[in-house]
Amino acid sequence: MTVTERTVTERQQLSYIAAQAADARVNLEIETEGMTLNIGPQHPATHGTLRIVAKLDGEQVTSAEPVMGYMHRGYEKLAEVRTYPQVTTLINRIDWLGSFANEVPFILAAEKLMEVEAPPRAQWIRTALFELSRIANITLFLGDMAVQLGALTPVFMAFRDREFVLNQIEAVTGGRFHPNFDRIGGIKDDLPKGWIDDTKQAMEKIRDFCDEFEELVLGNEIFQARSRGIGIVPPAVGLAYGLSGANIRASGVDWDLRRDGHEALAYDQLDWKVWTHPDGDSFARYWVRLQETREATHIVDQLLDGLPSGPIMAKVPRIIKVPAGEAYAATENPLGEMGYYVVSKGDLVPFRVKIRSASFSNISITPWLLKGVYVPDIITILASLYFILGDIDR
Amino acid sequence: MSSTEAPATGDTEADAGEADTAAAEALAARAAETLGAALVASHIADGELWVRVERDAWAELATWLRNSEGFGFFNFLSAIDWLPSPFGRDMDSTVDNVLDPPEPKQAPPAETGVAGGDTRFQLLARVNDVVTGRSLFAKADLPDGDLRAASWVPVYPGADWHEREAWEMFGITFEGHPGLRHLYLPGEFEGHPLRKDYPLLARRVKPWPGIVDVELMPGESDNGESDSGAEASAGGAEGGGAP
Repeated sequence: MTVTERTVTERQQLSYIAAQAADARVNLEIETEGMTLNIGPQHPATHGTLRIVAKLDGEQVTSAEPVMGYMHRGYEKLAEVRTYPQVTTLINRIDWLGSFANEVPFILAAEKLMEVEAPPRAQWIRTALFELSRIANITLFLGDMAVQLGALTPVFMAFRDREFVLNQIEAVTGGRFHPNFDRIGGIKDDLPKGWIDDTKQAMEKIRDFCDEFEELVLGNEIFQARSRGIGIVPPAVGLAYGLSGANIRASGVDWDLRRDGHEALAYDQLDWKVWTHPDGDSFARYWVRLQETREATHIVDQLLDGLPSGPIMAKVPRIIKVPAGEAYAATENPLGEMGYYVVSKGDLVPFRVKIRSASFSNISITPWLLKGVYVPDIITILASLYFILGDIDR
Repeated sequence: MSSTEAPATGDTEADAGEADTAAAEALAARAAETLGAALVASHIADGELWVRVERDAWAELATWLRNSEGFGFFNFLSAIDWLPSPFGRDMDSTVDNVLDPPEPKQAPPAETGVAGGDTRFQLLARVNDVVTGRSLFAKADLPDGDLRAASWVPVYPGADWHEREAWEMFGITFEGHPGLRHLYLPGEFEGHPLRKDYPLLARRVKPWPGIVDVELMPGESDNGESDSGAEASAGGAEGGGAP
């Protein structure tokens, strides 16, 4: 019995080796020079105008090079000729899906230089709007990545439920996409009447949305098959490339500027959790973002429950001159760490503004990450890294 | 809930601030030990450390930070042009200049920021240690006419695009970079847009309403302080003369 078995196994092994050798010969014969595949600039998976030049060997990517700049608007230069209050209008448009969140770190950096601190109520409303921006941003990702993998329905559901959040942002700020609401020393206006109850209802709906997506998308076999084990980012590599936000937390790095940063927002007075996932693949990135969206709804609820009363603006001069100095403020934006290094010389305008945007660093890992993957996985990986073109090109 | 917890939180924050400052001081001491005379200056504010090194020690600094100090997270790399700038007043259109003539130009002395500086161009980078939460800003002066520095790409691969950006925006060459090509701008672009002497053409061809529209509100004095409860909200301007 055992002898026969071994014979069979040996024979199988031999035939396997023979088949491999034959394959190798065939492969040698049909080896091509490789082809170049241009993805974008107008590809739906690029959320705008990112172009990826991929060199292929059969179905495998041998090298991939993102080409950008189609949407470069030169905000670092433009900020040098605008007064501090005018700059927020510009930087609103960096990450246009969570635009209020862009204003906060710049304002915090200017407040650091001016040694002004916003009153508690302003900080809490700021934090609430910040988290609402996060929800508005990430719900779209949750639908969008599913659509990249061939499921069309989730994106419509995401657009539908995102509307609840946008309505709440609009009710406070007057703007759905570009609020321009944050001010040095506080915020522009107080909350409208009835807003807190409406927002709590909206948060309830977003939680339902998250529960639904947990089953509909994360529980989907096709989704799992196409995203598990795809585009694995080891933590050390991700950090060296400057990955931040959910991308690095999906690699098991417990790093969240809401908790670990030094900025004076209201997070340290709330009870919430930083979600991480050990796998580092595309599935993990989706999973972490879904959990973060649900966590954000709890954060908003707590903020609304404990909202302190008081003024919403600190005392600042009407014409704002920022004292000379250098300051860096960074916050955990929906896409990752967004920071502004502001150099002031005591003028009405900043001397230099270095914008550290999350997507720029997040997407810089793609040449490394796409090497050796198959063509359909390019889209999965790009979708799961989640970038906004305005956040890359600035 | 916040009213009872707020003082406690304030105390821990102050403690954390002191701990951060102590950690930053210890790090600065170790940097001085490792880099020796190459460490030109250091500065600590709000628990964050700035170090300024000689250009030749730029790569050594990165290696030391990543391999010995655990600064694994590459945050950003850029540059600052310290050339004194009239912040756009020479870039106003002629219409603006007629309505609101600029003051006669005299070059203010070049001033550099924290941790000092001796030259016009200065590299600026930031790295974090995500385990302990420390962070560090690195600076290095680049001599005029010789804008070269060692690349950080061998140590932090994420520096690749940041160095390409600094190369095209400031004209700084990074030695050892795998491919300094244009990142944002078209390949045939000439000039380095983020340099202070590069004109912002949009300002030259189109009047800038933001400068012309500086109007004082009723009851407001010249220095921007409003007196005696002026109806400041009437104009809806948010300060700084912004429309």
